[in-house]
Amino acid sequence: MDEINTAISIRDVKKRFGDFIAISGMSFNIRDNEFFTLLGPSGCGKTTLLRMIAGFENTSAGEIHLYGQPLENLTPNERPVNTVFQSYALFPHMNVAKNIGFGLHMLGWSKAEIQERVEQMIKTVELHEFAHRKPAQLSGGQQQRVALARAMAPKPKVLLLDEPLSALDLKLRQQMRAELKALQKTTGITFIFVTHDQEEALTMSDRIAVMSAGEVQQIGTPTEVYEQPANRFVAEFIGKTNLIEATVTEVQNDSVVCKLVTGQTINAVTAQNHSEDSSGVSPSANIIAGAQGHISLRPEQLSITEVSSSSSGLQGTLGEAMYLGTDTQFDVNLSDNVCLTVRRQNSVENSNLPEFGEVVELSVAQGAARFLAG
Amino acid sequence: MDRYAYSKRFDVKRYPGFLLITMVCLLILYAPLLVVMVYSFNDSLSITKWGGFSLRWYVDVFTGLEAEKYKRAAWNSLSIALMAATVSTAMATAAAIGMVRGGQFKGKSLSFGLISIPIMVPEIVTAVAMLIFFSTIGLTLGYGSILIAHIVFCIPFAYLPIAARLQGIESSYEEAAQDLYANRWKTFRFVLMPILFPGMLSGFLLAFIISLDDFIITNFIKGAGVETLPTAIFGAVKQGIKPNIMALSTLMLLFSVLMVSLSYIIGRTDRSVDSKSNKD
Ligand SMILES: Nc1ncnc2c1ncn2[C@@H]1O[C@H](COP(=O)(O)OP(=O)(O)OP(=O)(O)O)[C@@H](O)[C@H]1O
Ligand SMILES: [Mg+2]
Repeated sequence: MDEINTAISIRDVKKRFGDFIAISGMSFNIRDNEFFTLLGPSGCGKTTLLRMIAGFENTSAGEIHLYGQPLENLTPNERPVNTVFQSYALFPHMNVAKNIGFGLHMLGWSKAEIQERVEQMIKTVELHEFAHRKPAQLSGGQQQRVALARAMAPKPKVLLLDEPLSALDLKLRQQMRAELKALQKTTGITFIFVTHDQEEALTMSDRIAVMSAGEVQQIGTPTEVYEQPANRFVAEFIGKTNLIEATVTEVQNDSVVCKLVTGQTINAVTAQNHSEDSSGVSPSANIIAGAQGHISLRPEQLSITEVSSSSSGLQGTLGEAMYLGTDTQFDVNLSDNVCLTVRRQNSVENSNLPEFGEVVELSVAQGAARFLAG
Repeated sequence: MDRYAYSKRFDVKRYPGFLLITMVCLLILYAPLLVVMVYSFNDSLSITKWGGFSLRWYVDVFTGLEAEKYKRAAWNSLSIALMAATVSTAMATAAAIGMVRGGQFKGKSLSFGLISIPIMVPEIVTAVAMLIFFSTIGLTLGYGSILIAHIVFCIPFAYLPIAARLQGIESSYEEAAQDLYANRWKTFRFVLMPILFPGMLSGFLLAFIISLDDFIITNFIKGAGVETLPTAIFGAVKQGIKPNIMALSTLMLLFSVLMVSLSYIIGRTDRSVDSKSNKD
């Protein structure tokens, strides 16, 4: 483990609230200068983990290290990390400039230094006209910028952001995504970003930790977690996917042959986690014939073709079509109770479509079918 | 509009006898005060016959035979009220932070009971208990004993508005302060106290009025020779009501009304700021 490149190291961290286990044990490293996202459904322990890093909660077990230094005995005000709170928590009695300068004031910077840094931050987040306004006189988006500027002004080693965009409307949220990402790149501060919005996670992150019920399910780049989900939870939580019950009939080098509940057989790759510090993920390499699981097929990696006599692919009857602008979404019934969703881009070339109720064949893109144990 | 019309049918103002009962209650409540205020401007020595408008009894309060006595009593009352309100507000603030922000701790409900029960204990019982306690420990009765007693019984009154306001303040402000390198004291000084201030001021004003107004406990433990305004007025009345008492009472009433209005105005301006920030 390279200590220099590791900003935050989570080591066997557990958190209990009374009898309730909020974090049931996780270990992973967050790299220096990384945009790292904690993604998971509500209540999975994202905020709890963030609060343990900031120092507002202590760990029930395990250690958290910041650039090799254990944080255990440091109070929140002694930790060189800053937080952008979900509710922003801007001090209502101070104007924008005072809010942004608060951390510097506490650190004992001189008046001149504070003023210079505050002006710089106000410029960065483009709040020139609002420097003397109180938080109550700002819009949600402006408050969000102040919270960001306030947390970044003391140049923290790590910035913690707890769903900072969730209070904004869609337009502003999308704009802020790009701004946040750019800010992270230019400042070089390590960001730990919490969200339950998978689109947000995919578009902004260098790496994503997908969490569920107090555990890390998978850590990887956006492409990895989307294209190579480690398990059923990740496959279903990120993006849309078709899951079909299947049994392994034959194990090959790095793929398996599976029999679907509908009777067809399909070639599938197995879930392998490529990130080096993965944790909490069941190793899937040792799958044996007879193993039960699911085949995951992304809707956009299926395409509808006419039935050809030579192929042994998936066949089904074409169901409802739904026009979605750029795409059209089709239902294809493999059997009475297994229905797959297929997405097809709307372009001139593939405008001749089979009719409703026709038998069609589905071709699966190379390596797109994934076998997920469990 | 419809909803308004509907609710109007059940308007309490339309109950039979509403106006009459209200008037009777207001009369019983305010007529005596009104009489005292009006007769404080009476030119005659009689306290029942009107003899024309005059300010002579106000002049008498400040320059008459008993002026020296009243001045000393007023000074005692004000200085004790000021100190008692200040100290009890500080202690109540500490108590409120401990109770509201302290999380769950053993004996929390007991502590809350101990803080708030004194409000419900009959004052005469507290008075007797304090008298017995002070004489048991050998404390000389006088200015000091009054001050200690006032600090103590003012704490629950100061506590209530402070705790109420603190409950409405999200703890994320304090967390943000700590996150931005403020230690506990600086978090209180620069973040929590300014936000809590209206509550502390209400607590202070309430404690001040309660202390200024107290008669029963003070009368028991004041010792000989030390008087506050209420005990001085009581002493004077025992020898027959002179109109200057009415003037003095009116002055006290005005002062109290002033303090209460002040506390109300502060509370109101503050709430308007709150509702604005809660919108987002
Ligand atoms: N102080 C606490 N006492 C008891 N349980 C708590 C406490 N704080 C959090 N929890 C529980 O721990 C679990 C994780 O909470 P947490 O706030 O970390 O979720 P989250 O992933 O941030 O969810 P969300 O997306 O809704 O913010 C929840 O089930 C919550 O009820
Ligand atoms: Mg949360």
